[in-house]
Amino acid sequence: MARRYLAVAAFASLIVAIQMATFFTGTGYHLTQLTMTAYYSLVTVGLCMLIGYAGQISLGHAGFFAIGGYVAAFLTTWNLNPYQGVFVSLLKRSGALVPRTDLYGGTLLTVHPWLACAAAILLTIVIAYIVGGPVLKLKGHYLAMATLGIGIIVYRVVLGTDFLGASDGISEVPGFPLPGGLAIIGDASSRVSNYYLAWGLVILGMVLLLNLIDSRVGRALAAVHGAEDAAGAMGIPTARYKLYVFVLSAVFAALAGVLLTHYNGGVGPSEAGVMKSVRYVAIVAIGGMANLWGALSMSLVLNYLSLRGYFGTYDDAVFGVILVLIMLFAPDGLLRRHLLSDLKRVFSRDPSEEEAP
Amino acid sequence: MLGGMTAVTLQPFLPLPLAIVLAVVLTMIVGAVIEIVFIRWLYKPSVLRMVIITIGISIGIREVALHLWGNGVKTLPYFTGSSISSINLGGVYISSQVLWVVGVGGLAVAALTAFFNLTMLGRQMRACAANRDAARLCGIDAGNMVTLSFVLSAAIGAIGGAVVCPITYVQYDSGTPLAIKGFTVAILGGLGNSTAAVGAGMILGILESFSIWVLPSAYKEAISIAILLVILFVKPSGIFGSAEAARLKEF
Repeated sequence: MARRYLAVAAFASLIVAIQMATFFTGTGYHLTQLTMTAYYSLVTVGLCMLIGYAGQISLGHAGFFAIGGYVAAFLTTWNLNPYQGVFVSLLKRSGALVPRTDLYGGTLLTVHPWLACAAAILLTIVIAYIVGGPVLKLKGHYLAMATLGIGIIVYRVVLGTDFLGASDGISEVPGFPLPGGLAIIGDASSRVSNYYLAWGLVILGMVLLLNLIDSRVGRALAAVHGAEDAAGAMGIPTARYKLYVFVLSAVFAALAGVLLTHYNGGVGPSEAGVMKSVRYVAIVAIGGMANLWGALSMSLVLNYLSLRGYFGTYDDAVFGVILVLIMLFAPDGLLRRHLLSDLKRVFSRDPSEEEAP
Repeated sequence: MLGGMTAVTLQPFLPLPLAIVLAVVLTMIVGAVIEIVFIRWLYKPSVLRMVIITIGISIGIREVALHLWGNGVKTLPYFTGSSISSINLGGVYISSQVLWVVGVGGLAVAALTAFFNLTMLGRQMRACAANRDAARLCGIDAGNMVTLSFVLSAAIGAIGGAVVCPITYVQYDSGTPLAIKGFTVAILGGLGNSTAAVGAGMILGILESFSIWVLPSAYKEAISIAILLVILFVKPSGIFGSAEAARLKEF
């Protein structure tokens, strides 16, 4: 119990330390990428829960990310002024619609970001619930292909739909207002506050997931991961728990999509691309599959390097290569609790220990 | 993609048939190398692990292709005639390349069927697919069979890429959608059944083309994947596959 929060506290102080470092070295511009990294990390830890703890792979999480981002972007930029009816004025009076001015001084009447966010999350839950049921019945490469397919469908739909901006995506998305005068917005002036908001959210998500792992559900999931049939025989509703975790990780992805869209001020179809999904899986894999802290720290490092452009034109290739190497040499993930004993086993080459957990 | 691209690259230096043959051979070598380097030495790899590895490799190949060939769209000349000439078949005008595609496709299916049913090697390969351990007990080298199946499917992929290239063009990232589509067709027809796969491929192609009637053409890609999902959910053994054979596989 105490140990769990010790890790959270250590991570929080790391976040503060990074901000201090950028403050004293005058490199505050790094915080922009670090904030974006935080939102991608949210997807990663959600996916880590699904892959590592529920034992289900998803190659379509960028799709859920994009669903969140696109719903939020569309609703907060869709001008309802031309549709003056009873319904619209009723919504306006209840505060669901907010008037604002666009870049060129025109007046817009759009859905309130909070309401748009709620709609995005709700839609994600519905979609994840509907497709999750049949998808999670599949195993192995069928599961991988089905989730990959879901991601590609989302990608193709946003790419081919005019009101979602087709290949341009949606831009000029307003900031996400928060109580206390704060907002999730990409302004240089609110860079530090956004950095803390984003990482605060990640830490909140981590606490939630860590508690979930230690709960009844988490233990049930561990049983499912270990031996699904045995878990079922013990009376664990395996299908339902797997579905719950699938929906939960989809919501993490969608929420990250909503907030990153508000932070960037726009969203494009590349967010839904297969490469993004592969990237999330690669990060979870290198983080050690069933290791939330590993996934989080690897996400922090790799997303940051990628967003700063350190991988140059080999950006996608780096993640592809990482995935291949991990799957070849450490199919259970790289950073895991048994790392040391694994290394020993590899070097001692004792086949009798091959089946040891 | 690799087959089409290599053929395009070799085409200026060699006559077209030779360029295509060489491209197919090169792709086969790539397939064999991938299998030997990445798959062969794994100790009892799970299918999922292999899928992820191959997805990773396909990303790698894509990136290499991007750096080798750039992101431009490339094409081969039509094998016979040109892009505007057509052949009159009982009142229907068909581009000659379409006939090439159909012909080569038919030939490939016939060759595969003959290979799997008539030759010793083909039967050995089927035995490995059905039960690896039992096949090994009968003295079949399962490892070599896997390599051979990689080479074979690489060759067919490369031939397909080279033949459709004049019609559909080829680009560094034209492989991924085709892979998904190939998987869809394979599932639709029932895995390991090349004749049914042709029927399934035709059904998929027709459904996809007619979907333009009701939906924007940009959704075409999504249609085939939606079909894949529906099939996986409803009847994972495929429309032509028998439930009995499917029970041997784990979905």
